[in-house]
Amino acid sequence: MALTKLDELESRSIFIIREAYQQFRNLALLWSIGKDSTTLVWLARKAFFGRLPLPVVHIDTGYKFPEIYEFRDRYSRQWGLRLIVGRNERAMAEGMSPAVSKLGCCTALKTEALKQTIAREGFEALLLGIRRDEHGIRAKERYFSPRDRNFQWDYTNQPAELWDHYKNSYEEGTHARVHPLLDWSELDIWRYVLREKMPICPLYLARDGRRFRSIGCHTCCQPVASSAATVADIVVELATTTEAERAGRAQDKESAYTMQKLRAMGYM
Amino acid sequence: MPPLPQDTEQLKFVIVGHVDHGKSTLIGRLLYDTHSLPASKMEEIRKASEDLGYDVEFSYVMDHLEEARSNRITIDTARIWFRREDREYVIIDAPGHREFLRNMITGASYADAAVFLLDAAEGIREQSRRHAYVLGMLGIRQIIVLVNKMDLVGWSKARYDELCADLGRLFEALKLRPLMMIPASAKLGDNIASSGANLPWYDGPTVLASLGQLKAKSAPDAQPLRLPLQDRYTVEGRDILVGQVAAGRVSAGQDVACVPSGLRARVETVEMFGQSRRDAQAGESVGLTLSGDGQAARGQVVCPADAPASSGTRIEASVFWLSERPFSIDQKLRLRLATQQVACTVERIERLTDSSTLELLAENAQSMSAAQVGHVVLRCERPVAAEPFKKTPELGRFVLMRGHDAEAGGIVFAVGA
Repeated sequence: MALTKLDELESRSIFIIREAYQQFRNLALLWSIGKDSTTLVWLARKAFFGRLPLPVVHIDTGYKFPEIYEFRDRYSRQWGLRLIVGRNERAMAEGMSPAVSKLGCCTALKTEALKQTIAREGFEALLLGIRRDEHGIRAKERYFSPRDRNFQWDYTNQPAELWDHYKNSYEEGTHARVHPLLDWSELDIWRYVLREKMPICPLYLARDGRRFRSIGCHTCCQPVASSAATVADIVVELATTTEAERAGRAQDKESAYTMQKLRAMGYM
Repeated sequence: MPPLPQDTEQLKFVIVGHVDHGKSTLIGRLLYDTHSLPASKMEEIRKASEDLGYDVEFSYVMDHLEEARSNRITIDTARIWFRREDREYVIIDAPGHREFLRNMITGASYADAAVFLLDAAEGIREQSRRHAYVLGMLGIRQIIVLVNKMDLVGWSKARYDELCADLGRLFEALKLRPLMMIPASAKLGDNIASSGANLPWYDGPTVLASLGQLKAKSAPDAQPLRLPLQDRYTVEGRDILVGQVAAGRVSAGQDVACVPSGLRARVETVEMFGQSRRDAQAGESVGLTLSGDGQAARGQVVCPADAPASSGTRIEASVFWLSERPFSIDQKLRLRLATQQVACTVERIERLTDSSTLELLAENAQSMSAAQVGHVVLRCERPVAAEPFKKTPELGRFVLMRGHDAEAGGIVFAVGA
């Protein structure tokens, strides 16, 4: 029987995860607890036959929804994950918040926290659950994408990436971002969650006529109107909607180029 | 509740052509006509239409980056989706600028098909020839040619016929045969989703109808097994070899040979986490346990014992130089083919061709520069498993690394000792 699109996406992602693990001695998986990076954890469990030989990193701003912490702790235990929590303690102690500056808050509590964690743990590469259909600029990503010493992404000068030969040689001081889910769409993710009966953070499911399509900090995420109370409902809802996925995310709205600036500075 | 959407087929196609021949406009038009844009974006375009008459700039749909906006060219490989009659289409947008050649090839290397755009007023230009060459080199056989901007030539059939003759000569020289040639205007919409009123002399299919007739490339299943090994894991005391099946099927109990090592073994189990499997097909990422104590590892290609892949240190190939930094024949390279990586040198550049003029530049050349194609003989430091591209594409294509970067792509013609 021919492979379905989900079978193909799954196999390709597993191939990419295994390439990354083969190539980088010190590799970690960035787990935001959202549906995409949770799918990535699920795929990594398949790639390594149940047991991850690499740590998962959660960048914690302190502003995450309680449901996110609960989900993280429950499944990192159940799946035997080695969890590393990265926090920019200093900026948090100094009271950084979106009220000070939205861009400044993302930069300090996410990008800076990630930089600190990478430096502390000496990670050479990170597996990230970003998808090409999420946002305009993410469509420009490669599967293996170098970030230089200063965390910069030079999207005007990217390496050729022919026939699954991902970049396997880097300048001293660069780290690589690896994107096994690049080809997946939002709908693919939900159809996969449904097919695999994967656990998912309950914030995605509608309560009182609203649900989150994209989750992060409670300060900056808005729910959308929806009656989708199950994963199957979400699949049906997405097959008919034309509303953009990140419509509820403040950082995208503030300025047309905020996301691009965040990405170029090293935001995930 | 409406039924759940099915797991559908996906067709990936690349849009190629000279800069400003209308790629972004075609993409914007396809998305608009298939109602694939978010409601807010549709409204914005509708409003712009009212303000400006029909003269809508569809291309800005694509322009997410500041650079793309200011230079009015798309700078990298981007992907856009739309859906039509139970099939999902992925557009791989490839930029037309010369220095972005590697992005175009990167994008096109993942495509099942290509839409080749030509500006009816300008005719064949430098990048038209180069992109046609690349399609041929990448083995993309499903090509739809769109003669765009017919509005600029007064919808002239004579002009269209003239361009078809030019294109026929170009494609014939490259041994390519487009499936379809379509006169159109992406800006005004003629022959994109519907025929429109301006081309009554054309009675062929529209672009969308033509796309509907293309076949999605599926991994070859009828061929002998080719499974390039990625890695070897120890899971609960067992050695598991992992890789993605490139061609054929692998089954428990099968007698296999690893190429190039020559190691022979029997497949004991086929492993996929959470599943009980006896076999796996092309395209699947699997684990294998092999009988015996052979040290199979990354780079080896698992083949049927009675139909192994060829191997050797001498590879005759066509190499497309991508880098802006030229290659000189005394430089050392690394060949990456499937999961193998091996040091190599270029023994001879038998013929050097300009990919845009298709002109023979030199025989026995000593160097290659960006966008030049060399018919070369490579000499590898140790044997590699490889096959002619025509026989097994997955073992017949490679990249050449120099320093930290992939500098060229290539296609294998022959493998020898």
